[in-house]
Amino acid sequence: MSDLIRKDASELAGLVSSGEVSAVEVAKAHLDRIAAVDGAVHAFLHVDTAGALSAAAAVDAKVKSGEKLSVLAGVPLGLKDILATNGLPTTCGSRVLDGWIPPYDATVVTKLREAGIVILGKTNMDEFAMGSSTEHSAFGPTHNPWDLDRIPGGSGGGSSACVSAFEAPLAIGTDTGGSIRQPAAVTGSVGVKPTYGGVSRYGIVALASSLDQAGPCARNVLDTAMLHSVIAGHDPMDSTSINSPVPDVIAAAKRADIKGMKVGVIKELGGEGYQAGVRSRFDESVALIESLGAEVVEVSCPSFPSALAAYYLILPSEASSNLAKFDGIRFGNRVGDDGTKSVEQVMSETRAAGFGSEVIRRIILGTYALSAGYYDAYYGQAQKVRTLIKRDFDAAFAKVDVLISPTAPTTAFKIGEKLDDPLAMYLNDVATIPVNMAGLPGMSLPIGLAPEDGLPVGLQIIAPAMADDRLYNVGAAIERELLAKWGGPLLAQAPELAGA
Amino acid sequence: MAEAIMNYDEAISKFDPVLGLEVHVELGTNTKMFCGCSTVFGAPPNTHVCPVCLGLPGALPTLNKIGVESAIRIGLALNCEIAQWCRFARKNYFYPDMPKNFQTSQYDEPIAFEGYLDVEIDTDEGRKTFRVPIERAHMEEDTGKNSHVGGATGRIHGADYSLVDYNRAGIPLIEIVTKPITGTGKYAPEVAKAYVAALRDILRGLGVSDVKMEQGSLRCDVNLSLRETPESKLGIRSETKNVNSLRSVERAVRYEVTRHAARLTAGDSVVQETRHWHEDTGISTSGRPKSDAEDYRYFPEPDLLPIAPSREWVEELRATIPENPAVRRARLVADWGLSELDMNTVINSGALDLIVEAVDAGVDAAAARKWWTGELSRIANDRGIELEELPVTPVHLKRLEELITAGSLNDKLARQALEGVIAGEGDIDAIVAARGLAVVSDDGPLLAAIDEALAADPAVAETIKSGKLAAAGSVVGAVMKATRGQADAARVRELLFEKLGVSE
Amino acid sequence: MSGISQDDVAHLAHLARISIPADQLGHYADQLGAILDAVAQVSSLDTSDVPAMSHPVPMTNVFREDIPGVSLTAAQALSGAPAVEDERFRVPRILDEE
Repeated sequence: MSDLIRKDASELAGLVSSGEVSAVEVAKAHLDRIAAVDGAVHAFLHVDTAGALSAAAAVDAKVKSGEKLSVLAGVPLGLKDILATNGLPTTCGSRVLDGWIPPYDATVVTKLREAGIVILGKTNMDEFAMGSSTEHSAFGPTHNPWDLDRIPGGSGGGSSACVSAFEAPLAIGTDTGGSIRQPAAVTGSVGVKPTYGGVSRYGIVALASSLDQAGPCARNVLDTAMLHSVIAGHDPMDSTSINSPVPDVIAAAKRADIKGMKVGVIKELGGEGYQAGVRSRFDESVALIESLGAEVVEVSCPSFPSALAAYYLILPSEASSNLAKFDGIRFGNRVGDDGTKSVEQVMSETRAAGFGSEVIRRIILGTYALSAGYYDAYYGQAQKVRTLIKRDFDAAFAKVDVLISPTAPTTAFKIGEKLDDPLAMYLNDVATIPVNMAGLPGMSLPIGLAPEDGLPVGLQIIAPAMADDRLYNVGAAIERELLAKWGGPLLAQAPELAGA
Repeated sequence: MAEAIMNYDEAISKFDPVLGLEVHVELGTNTKMFCGCSTVFGAPPNTHVCPVCLGLPGALPTLNKIGVESAIRIGLALNCEIAQWCRFARKNYFYPDMPKNFQTSQYDEPIAFEGYLDVEIDTDEGRKTFRVPIERAHMEEDTGKNSHVGGATGRIHGADYSLVDYNRAGIPLIEIVTKPITGTGKYAPEVAKAYVAALRDILRGLGVSDVKMEQGSLRCDVNLSLRETPESKLGIRSETKNVNSLRSVERAVRYEVTRHAARLTAGDSVVQETRHWHEDTGISTSGRPKSDAEDYRYFPEPDLLPIAPSREWVEELRATIPENPAVRRARLVADWGLSELDMNTVINSGALDLIVEAVDAGVDAAAARKWWTGELSRIANDRGIELEELPVTPVHLKRLEELITAGSLNDKLARQALEGVIAGEGDIDAIVAARGLAVVSDDGPLLAAIDEALAADPAVAETIKSGKLAAAGSVVGAVMKATRGQADAARVRELLFEKLGVSE
Repeated sequence: MSGISQDDVAHLAHLARISIPADQLGHYADQLGAILDAVAQVSSLDTSDVPAMSHPVPMTNVFREDIPGVSLTAAQALSGAPAVEDERFRVPRILDEE
């Protein structure tokens, strides 16, 4: 197996732009890796060999003609199958979209293509991003490269797994309640949910519109920052897109200096319900942060214990409306149209056959929460709790520069373990959800393995809105110390995959 | 199937009608409410569509600024308050002509609210004004168009399947809803019609829509209920849709009054339901009952940000609101000393704005009206163009009138001067000079021409002298012809009588 | 338990246009009841003076100029449709008009 697959994205970009290695060679190395290991990992739903090689060849042609390249030109990437891709299947992990080929590109995809990033294919996910394990994909689960019997997190398990299995150095995820950060934590990779409005949502199939945000996944902080800088920025096609300059995340990742910063530990996100090994690695990180010259204080966010409940009202409510369009009329599969049934019957059968049980559960829940007579008690109340969460963050950021917590309460659990217990599954996102509720940027950074199971643990870093650069500064400072301590990347400690 | 009805007069003697009108107007913007697709009518099916208005997965709405401005201007023209802050909401229900299976609309935060519109109708006691209270005007989007295939009638019932064209989906709509209109008594049908007509005139004056009821760019739903007396609580209402002409508005109200009255008198209750109006038969038929299953699950649209119009912006828009057409008409009738009939002629000719413009520039109102509804209307009509397309300005008319008053042009010469203007020959003075248009005011040539005319028809002089003064017309005509119209006809007549020694 | 009945589930499923077989209604009712019990926790906070938050970005008045953009061709628009006829989307018979 070529050693190209173990290189960082920044390094690969340098090799391609200097002409030392062709983008086609880089793409082929990764396509070979996918062919070798993805049967076991199942990170990809669709591999676009021809498209990847042609995009790589176009980069090579630019290298030859001396054209200026963008920072990540020629670097391969896995794209979560929730982003619309012109001419490439887009399923959202759902039968209802099996075979649909969008006639347009998401804005993020356009930016990736313009940057010469080579899209290898579409990555697996929980159906319509509803889940924390990727087990709710209609096309079968993705396996955690650290232990194939375990989940890779979710909903973006395919994106985190393809990065940590060295199938791609970069991936795009989307994060509604933790779907970038929690998978990053349990696979030992880096993932960032940018400030809401920082990355265009145009062309990203909506789960909960007021919470969804696309972001970068990679194996280190600098690569993540570089991908962030490619996909971020104002988009007139997304009304909620922020029209101000993107923070200089690459410079922040290179700065890696937290001396004199104030870091807050969120009292409510830790302790009971958090695995011992998660706690111990988190405590070590706190000590490390202090050793780098930052001041660490505890802050309280008293409304956070209600965040999960509020989230599981807002998300299903918005999702029940967003998913109404999947009716078998304009696109996707249609079921039961035998020429005698009414359109209402055919829509109902199409949706029953096309959606999995978790999607149906959440649509019904959202329909209930928005119903006349229940709106104020459920959806309306949840939106007020949202205000309280935002106020907690505002008060905390009046005292500190960034906040930290464990990303997830546990390391990767076994496939099947929580599948029949939706409430237990929802608890995975207890620490990541408040960030989405307030629209803030958050990062998950690998901070070691839990002693009891040898599985990765993630640190969550949270910054104020539009201060995404702080995540990269803090993350890079911690990462530098940990790499020195580990003698290399954490992922180097992952077991070699069969077939590789 | 037709239902029992009661004679209208009898119905009104027993019950007090309460009206409610919901008008949907399609805005004449260039693009749809939430995407850049064209709104032009009549394009091939599914060619004015994009991922947004087709509701494809991942697409997001963006808000048309002119759509919002139009909504605010409509609100202001209807004497509404404009919201300081409002949002869009999603109205969730499934229907195949609605691509997202929710309509992006406004729910409890309309952009305009609490207005009114005064309408005038003829009553037994003369013209009378009714104030129609307006609850709200809000923004939303239109649906696509279904056509039904198979079955006997090509209508929805009994069709085998339907075909959907989404070109119309997403075209901006403003929905204008009245509060319950009470106190109309037997004039409910007339008030309803007058309201829709007045609203149409206002919308046309604002230039926000082509307001063509027959093309569906103005659509009206009529809500009606009856109660025993004006003191009773409101009765159960029916909602009649598809009322697509002014005449139908009046007829639908009248029909529903007679239908409700028959039911109530027979001891049946009115069913709260949607009904469809049939223009051809003049009746409504029952549609879908308003069941409690209808739960739209409104919630704030997360993909569109709130609208918070600044007071400055609202005042800027207020400055663009033309005077209420009904108020303006009444004012002009008084100012110009016209009859209602004269005014109707002016309005039907489409010349009102042009006349106002001329009057504002100092042209006499009667003269401006004469030119625009007379000679210029004829020319425009002959050429098949709109009056506005004629290159005639108030400056032209003003100068023309000055020359006529001074006696240097007569009516015929003035018309020739206008022809010159339309032919692009320059300003009035230049045309008069170039075409040699001037009334011959020197008596010498006129007297010579009179002599010639009398010589050519020797009998006429005696006829005139015998008192048949009307015979002078042929002499005057001959003189005018001889001078190519440049004589002052009155002066010719004066000189002729002087010469023949007769007096008028 | 929040007492969500099988009839409630059937009604909600109809509103959401999902045909759930009768023998599964009980299963969904149990799960939804448990979830509703858990999310009822939102009522534990005093929110009497708290405004509802619908949008996480504090922006208003985001408009687009009224200038036509690029539309799809009919072929593109219809490319993903399960049934097409006469350049239109073909749909099963519609029972009643809205």
